[in-house]
Amino acid sequence: MIAFDYHKPSRLAEAVALLAGAETRPLAGGMTLLPTIKNRLASPAALVDLSGLPGMTVIQEGAGVVTLGALARHADVAGSALVQARLPALARLAGSIGDPAVRHRGTIGGSLANNDPAADYPAAVLALGAVIVTDRREIAADDFFRGLFETALGPDEIVTAVRFPLPRRAAYAKLRSPASRYPLIGVFVAETAAGVRVAMTGAGHGVLRVAEFEQALAKSFAPEAVSGLRLSAAGFASDIHAEAAYRAHLASVMAARAVAEALA
Amino acid sequence: MGAINGVGAAPLRKEDLRFLTGRGNYVADIKRPNMAFGVFLRSPHAHARLNGIDAKAALAAPGALAVLTGEDVAADGLGSLPCGWGIVGKDGQPMKEPPFPLMAQGKVRFVGDIVAFVIADTLDEARAAAELVEVDYEPLPAVVGVLDAIAPGAPQLFDEAPGNLCCDWALGDEAATEAAFAKAAHVAKLSLTNNRLIGNPMEPRAALAEYNPGTGHYTLHSTSQFPHVVRWLMSALVLKIPEQKVRVVAPDVGGGFGVKQFLYGEEAIITWAARKVGVPVKWVAERQEGFVSDRHGRDHVTEAELALDETGKFLGFRVHTLANMGGYLSTFGPNIPTNLYAPLLSGVYTTPAIYCNVKVVFTNTVPVDAYRGAGRPEATFLVERIVDVAAAEMGIDCVELRRRNMIPASAFPYQTPVLVEYDSGDPVACLDKAQENADVAGFAARKAASAANGKLRGLGYSTYVEACGLAPSRMAGRLGARGGLYESATVRVHPTGQITVLIGTHNHGQGHETTFAQIVSERLGVPFDSVDVVYGDTDRVQFGMGTYGSRSLVVGGSALNKASDKVIVKGKKIAAHLLEAGERDIEFEAGVFSVAGTDRRKTFAEIAGAAYVPHDYPLEVLEPGLEEQAYYDPVNFTYPGGAHICEVEIDPDTGVVKIERYTGVDDVGTVINPMIVEGQLHGGVVQGIGQALCEAAVYDVETGQLVSGSLMDYCMPRADTSPRMDVSTHSTPCAHTPLGVKGCGEVGTIGSPAAVMNAVVDALAHLGVTHVDMPATPNRIWRVIQNATLPRAAE
Amino acid sequence: MKIAFKLNGRSKTVDVPPATLVCDLLRENLGLTGTHVGCDTSQCGACVVLLDGEAVKSCTLIAPALEGKVLTTIEGLAKGDKLHPMQEAFHLNHGLQCGFCTPGMVMTAIDFASHNPAPSEEETRAALEGNICRCTGYQNIVKSVMAGAAAMAAEETAAA
Repeated sequence: MIAFDYHKPSRLAEAVALLAGAETRPLAGGMTLLPTIKNRLASPAALVDLSGLPGMTVIQEGAGVVTLGALARHADVAGSALVQARLPALARLAGSIGDPAVRHRGTIGGSLANNDPAADYPAAVLALGAVIVTDRREIAADDFFRGLFETALGPDEIVTAVRFPLPRRAAYAKLRSPASRYPLIGVFVAETAAGVRVAMTGAGHGVLRVAEFEQALAKSFAPEAVSGLRLSAAGFASDIHAEAAYRAHLASVMAARAVAEALA
Repeated sequence: MGAINGVGAAPLRKEDLRFLTGRGNYVADIKRPNMAFGVFLRSPHAHARLNGIDAKAALAAPGALAVLTGEDVAADGLGSLPCGWGIVGKDGQPMKEPPFPLMAQGKVRFVGDIVAFVIADTLDEARAAAELVEVDYEPLPAVVGVLDAIAPGAPQLFDEAPGNLCCDWALGDEAATEAAFAKAAHVAKLSLTNNRLIGNPMEPRAALAEYNPGTGHYTLHSTSQFPHVVRWLMSALVLKIPEQKVRVVAPDVGGGFGVKQFLYGEEAIITWAARKVGVPVKWVAERQEGFVSDRHGRDHVTEAELALDETGKFLGFRVHTLANMGGYLSTFGPNIPTNLYAPLLSGVYTTPAIYCNVKVVFTNTVPVDAYRGAGRPEATFLVERIVDVAAAEMGIDCVELRRRNMIPASAFPYQTPVLVEYDSGDPVACLDKAQENADVAGFAARKAASAANGKLRGLGYSTYVEACGLAPSRMAGRLGARGGLYESATVRVHPTGQITVLIGTHNHGQGHETTFAQIVSERLGVPFDSVDVVYGDTDRVQFGMGTYGSRSLVVGGSALNKASDKVIVKGKKIAAHLLEAGERDIEFEAGVFSVAGTDRRKTFAEIAGAAYVPHDYPLEVLEPGLEEQAYYDPVNFTYPGGAHICEVEIDPDTGVVKIERYTGVDDVGTVINPMIVEGQLHGGVVQGIGQALCEAAVYDVETGQLVSGSLMDYCMPRADTSPRMDVSTHSTPCAHTPLGVKGCGEVGTIGSPAAVMNAVVDALAHLGVTHVDMPATPNRIWRVIQNATLPRAAE
Repeated sequence: MKIAFKLNGRSKTVDVPPATLVCDLLRENLGLTGTHVGCDTSQCGACVVLLDGEAVKSCTLIAPALEGKVLTTIEGLAKGDKLHPMQEAFHLNHGLQCGFCTPGMVMTAIDFASHNPAPSEEETRAALEGNICRCTGYQNIVKSVMAGAAAMAAEETAAA
């Protein structure tokens, strides 16, 4: 592997200071960053390993919220009795990411900061209207995701936690690409205090909210409300696994399935 | 004393322990002192003129030892990669056979074509140096599909192959077939593609080469299915070095499936390079490198017609196939879509007239060669699909149509109109048993239950036959083989009576160490535990053609049986002397030589001891020692076959196809180890399911880039997408192999794609769907349903 | 950098650059070649090892992550000539052919079975989703893992 320096700070401020260095990248679970480096698609001069920072793996409940530390691993979230009880849709989503070995390393903070257009977590965070907490501020989900692999984070900014307001009900449904196992389309629906929110991943341009589904479900929170809706294929990517029209169709199917599961 | 574990027993595998404890010895595991690492620089272009290579910066990089290119290959007078088969066109002209240089000469012809070999002290240094090699490419238009390649004005790969045509080949009686069609009551037509596949054994290819200047010996460790053939072709035709000074070792090999049965340029280049740089050189392919350099499989475009009489009797079958060869001819390349394809077009049916024309075509893609099944899955898929198409068109149940045309057991041996004579088989019995095992009777109820859940259920059949046990050398020679296809085995009896078998086949998952030990254990009456099997090393094993085409047990096992018989013959001579009896009076059974009708006896171990301590021994007429060798050349192919039944459930909302039941009844002849046979069938079936449901090598038609170039984009069957299978055997012993075996390595892959796709089409038949191309991905199935159900424009 | 961890029951300190993948550390530096590398996109599972008892991909893990941890590889499972119950189950059920995916498969299975003493076939197949085998068609692997889980549970009961 191409050489890099390695730092493992034990204080947040120290980590932020290190990230100001040239070509320096934060390392959480490494499930995306390390394959990228291995395949010589990135060659950072240094990695700042966040795993030594205190308090980053907590999973706790507050008033009407569940907070996940940024380094909470997918397996931790999936297996958390608290998340299973309060936000079962999120526990199930976490338990469906990648495979068991990925879930033992991958973290929610890493997934959000990477913002892969086919990642699962961004759909939950956006649909639930979660708040991304960083070393310096709080960012609403609606302001966080900025398209393909882009977020509102500054280059030296570190996600420390994600705060999920508890919805009335919520669920996630996806169809995985048989090869990569990333979702071809994943739809997270949530009935929240602020109304129905629906977020979709896999469409090709980064996670986004689906106004058509939200409006329809606001009128009637039932699978039939969305199963007949046809989104324009223009907003979807085509690749060898799924043509745009198919992705557009899957969006309705997955939305309906998520609603059915939320109601179950 | 351990037990005798013979034919039909299922002892656990001898090879398991080292793999289960991490003590396997794969090429990538091997290290040598002072070893350097090599990286192949490969063309990023599908087709380009190679105007020059500047290696100065690379050679100046830290640790760099050498940058070798096509110029060095030419300067050293190395030969190009030989093609092992020379087929002849229907006009009597030999195939066009442009050279396949070790490294690109003047032009690159596919993405992945080798341009340079960069060697450095460490792997990271070799990679870094390789990035500094400057190659001046002049991109040319590329062509990746066969239909495009034969079109007028298509980019031309070779001046000597106009129209990109390697060979216009045919088999069968064209006139008789025309006549059959003239009197047909119905003609079923089918156009299909057979999707291009990438074998992807889990162990990537790798090689480690060493040269000893003191002795002039080369040693190549390689992930090969046939080390002796690599040595032969590489030394004689490519490197032009003495064969006896080359040792090729194929140690533990992590799966092959055909992908590792060719002489690869990498093997010859690294062997040559090791001498040039003076230190051992190692190369291990990365997976994505394998995608663009391991030989691909399948890739046909076919138009076929089946002529039937009014009762559904098959009268004639006419097939026109375009077969993609890729950018060069690989070791077996042109043999696969011709000799291993057309002779199987009779299937298990009595079709009296068959004509098959195959145009073998060059394209700017990775060379195409054998992949598990090799030609026979393509033939079976075509035959079994068109039978279903004909049945639907004529309103005859597809099983009934099959039964009306099946070769009855009483008709074996059966001469087909396409060259081959099936020695044995009972397709009707396999079908009967499969229908029972698959609970076909309960299908209607299961289909109704699926429908109640909004799902579409379908049932599909594949009743198939294949040709295995490659191959009778004389026949192969007539078909264009440039080598023999026999196998060799030595039975070395040690003074203690324990045995080492040295055999020319190669074991890379098939359980040979166990199965071959069983053959010897039974034949010589010695404990299973006292037989060890050695293979994969040209310095230890006399000779061998290796493992492919389900040949190891059929041809290698026969050689082993023959060598064991020779041991018995010699043992009887020794026993006759010791027991003071006539040789003809000596009987041998269960490890004991005895004088017929008496209690005078000698054990196998006593005879072995006498052979090596020849004090009381007929030295005047008999040599000491007890070691026998045999070569076996089969008298015919073997013809395993069977019936596969697949039941799928389709989710019309997503297009996802789920296999709910899979049943196979296969006739593989005599079963030596049922546990191992079952494992081979499982693995084969799932590879066939992979072809049917998810695997496809996809090229961008504009750029010639391999779009499905990693495991992110090439879908491999996984545990949670593979079905539970019910496989069993119904054996009719092979009439001409000494053990009655037919081979089982490929049957699953050959039988299954048609069963799966016939089930898919059956599930969609009510929508008017008559054919679906592979792979039946969710998107494709959704699209098929869309196209079938969308309101049609007014005509 | 110096990294101290426990490897197959023994304390180990290595001095390697931080940009060292654990699979390379094992295979190239420590001579433990039972852990295999089957792909370059972290998808095949051939390289799976146990880190503090959890299945992780050693091809997507850098050596510094081992500091203070317990690493178990396929070489560390058997006690002398006695196979781990999961290894034994693979042997008894013909759960391997070429052997290349086997180490990763066994390690994944052990982690899974340690939390699932009596898994269903469906649960077992789901647990193996990250391990590709090209030889077996998975059927005998699934059978092996289910049998291995039962054997591990029985061993635990016997020890308790």
